[in-house]
Amino acid sequence: MSILIDENTKVMVQGITGREGSFHARQMIKYGTKVVAGVVPAKGGQKMDDILVYNTCEEAVNETGANASMILVPASMAADAALEALDAGCKVVVLITEGIPAQDMIEVYHRAKEEGAALIGPNCPGIISPGKCKIGILPQDIFSKGPVGVVSRSGTLTYEIADGLTKAGIGQSTVIGVGGDPIIGTSFSDVLEDFENDQDTKAVVLVGEIGGNDEQAAAEIIKNLRIPVIGFIGGRTAPPGKRMGHAGAIISGKGSTADAKVKALEDVGVPVCDTVAEITLKTKEMLGL
Amino acid sequence: MKIHEHHARDIFKKYGLPVPEAEVANNPEEVKNIARGMTPPVVVKAQVLVGGRGKAGGVKIAENHDDAMDKSKDIFGLLIKGLRVEKVLVAEAVDIENEYYLGILLDRDKKKHCVIASTAGGVDIEQVAEETPELIGKTWVDPAYGLHPFEIRNMLFDAGFDPKLALKVTGILMKLYKVVIENDCSLAEINPLVQAKDGTLWAIDAKVNFDDSSLYRHPELKPLKESEETDPIEKEAHARGIAYVRLEDGNVGVIGNGAGLVMATMDEVKRFGKGIAKPANFLDIGGGAQADLVRSALELVTMDQNVKVILINVFGGITRCDEVAKGILQAIEEVDLKVPIIIRLAGTNEKEGRELLIYSGLEKYLDIKNAPYKVIESLEQAAPIILETIGVPAQ
Repeated sequence: MSILIDENTKVMVQGITGREGSFHARQMIKYGTKVVAGVVPAKGGQKMDDILVYNTCEEAVNETGANASMILVPASMAADAALEALDAGCKVVVLITEGIPAQDMIEVYHRAKEEGAALIGPNCPGIISPGKCKIGILPQDIFSKGPVGVVSRSGTLTYEIADGLTKAGIGQSTVIGVGGDPIIGTSFSDVLEDFENDQDTKAVVLVGEIGGNDEQAAAEIIKNLRIPVIGFIGGRTAPPGKRMGHAGAIISGKGSTADAKVKALEDVGVPVCDTVAEITLKTKEMLGL
Repeated sequence: MKIHEHHARDIFKKYGLPVPEAEVANNPEEVKNIARGMTPPVVVKAQVLVGGRGKAGGVKIAENHDDAMDKSKDIFGLLIKGLRVEKVLVAEAVDIENEYYLGILLDRDKKKHCVIASTAGGVDIEQVAEETPELIGKTWVDPAYGLHPFEIRNMLFDAGFDPKLALKVTGILMKLYKVVIENDCSLAEINPLVQAKDGTLWAIDAKVNFDDSSLYRHPELKPLKESEETDPIEKEAHARGIAYVRLEDGNVGVIGNGAGLVMATMDEVKRFGKGIAKPANFLDIGGGAQADLVRSALELVTMDQNVKVILINVFGGITRCDEVAKGILQAIEEVDLKVPIIIRLAGTNEKEGRELLIYSGLEKYLDIKNAPYKVIESLEQAAPIILETIGVPAQ
């Protein structure tokens, strides 16, 4: 098992004829993801390798049964692309694009909730259920199949953590990079219960960072979960008021500091690791390995 | 993006919000000429992109135009939180009866715009929220249906606004909401909204922040952009398009790919640094960086004279380790870096990157103090080398 995506997920790629779109679609196919269609308005009928391109999401869904979408189109068109995928009935929409106006994301976020769809991102690396399916731009060789769920606000830090787990012989059920923007579709809170209910997930690594209140909201949920959660918070040395790369990573109030987040998690019994290397050790310990 | 009060005022005026007459002056002489045409008293306000102007002596009331000129002399050139005052706003002073707070911001938890009002205006609203939360009214905008006057009225009644006043304030907030929606503001604030002795309402201060990601569709806002960076290296980084933040008292330059990884690396340096080695900066080369950018990043980090050693931590996804290695070699050849670099490369093309560095012949010096760089296998190995470079005796 895994959460949100598995071997039956059928993916369409919006923006498949672009440089990034074609590169990552090929990577996903290589990994074994069922990429069934591409969508690029006015390029319908073309092919990217063996994948047929459609003009609209609706056509792609009707013709191929696609139930998930990866969006790799420029920021000015990305929100529209996401709304189109949701309108066509996609239940998992992975929005990789960075720099989408927040106001556009408000609309996309609420539309996804209304449709009961999982919107992941924007400004995220995507999601992978090792051995089954990958939707996104994560480097696939560092992941392995196993019992640990990983949910993270950072991209490369997630790679680092997954790599550490894999090298220590600990595989992952599903790894999700939720994205670094202020308005994101899926937060920690949205997936923790999914991990708890997934038979194959035995522990969850939660990778937070400064900015916002998502870690505190997660702590409220973790209180009532049985599954062990291992925490990490990036940005303990970050100065207040300065945006640390991610648009969402900025200390703008007491709740958004690393200390406040560490405390919120520790208060509900989550061990918060000081280093990336410690995450592997702690996870091993929690799994009784 | 932040803009100056006088620019925010101009936007407010365009939307029919009640801003008092005012003009911008670049020097004390201009202040005098502007104030001469106004009914005294007048107020002279420093135009800087940070809060706390009043406390810093950046806002003064003057009795007449000569007094305004004299007082502005103290304001010009003031350094407020690191920003120098180069312009002031001269406005007719309002006879204040009551002060209120009005604001609209993007709530990232609820993913909606939040409209906020309080009868405790003119002070720090976060402090009010903490000490007397009952004095703050809030209502969230349903993105599907927009904001309606009744929602604002009900909120204002609950927050203790006088009913007749609430009707007027509702009109003001509807206009402020239009400012937010049409200009992609992450924040629009009137603090204070003043009720004058004659009952009229005035937006005495205007604050507007824009969502950086939306600027591409607001070309008219671009000229309003002014550097918020007070640090010369941050300014330079901004000009080069590199995400760089300088920290105080640091001595270890930190470079990585991806904000989360860079922050985690900085935290790690502080943790093993024993109070002696401290991160000097945040520098994210982003995804898919080419050699040129890496070279430029190294140059930037060494502009900070306090940096004694640089730690590069890259986990390649879209970024290729061999490109990073090429950039490092370029920097060593073309820029006098003066400090050694500790390099950890993993992920995409890790082997190629490491080989470029190892076979360059530059790493033959075993003593780190004389070698241009040292390639390490894992971040744990960085600690002893960095401490040794900075001069902490091994225990």
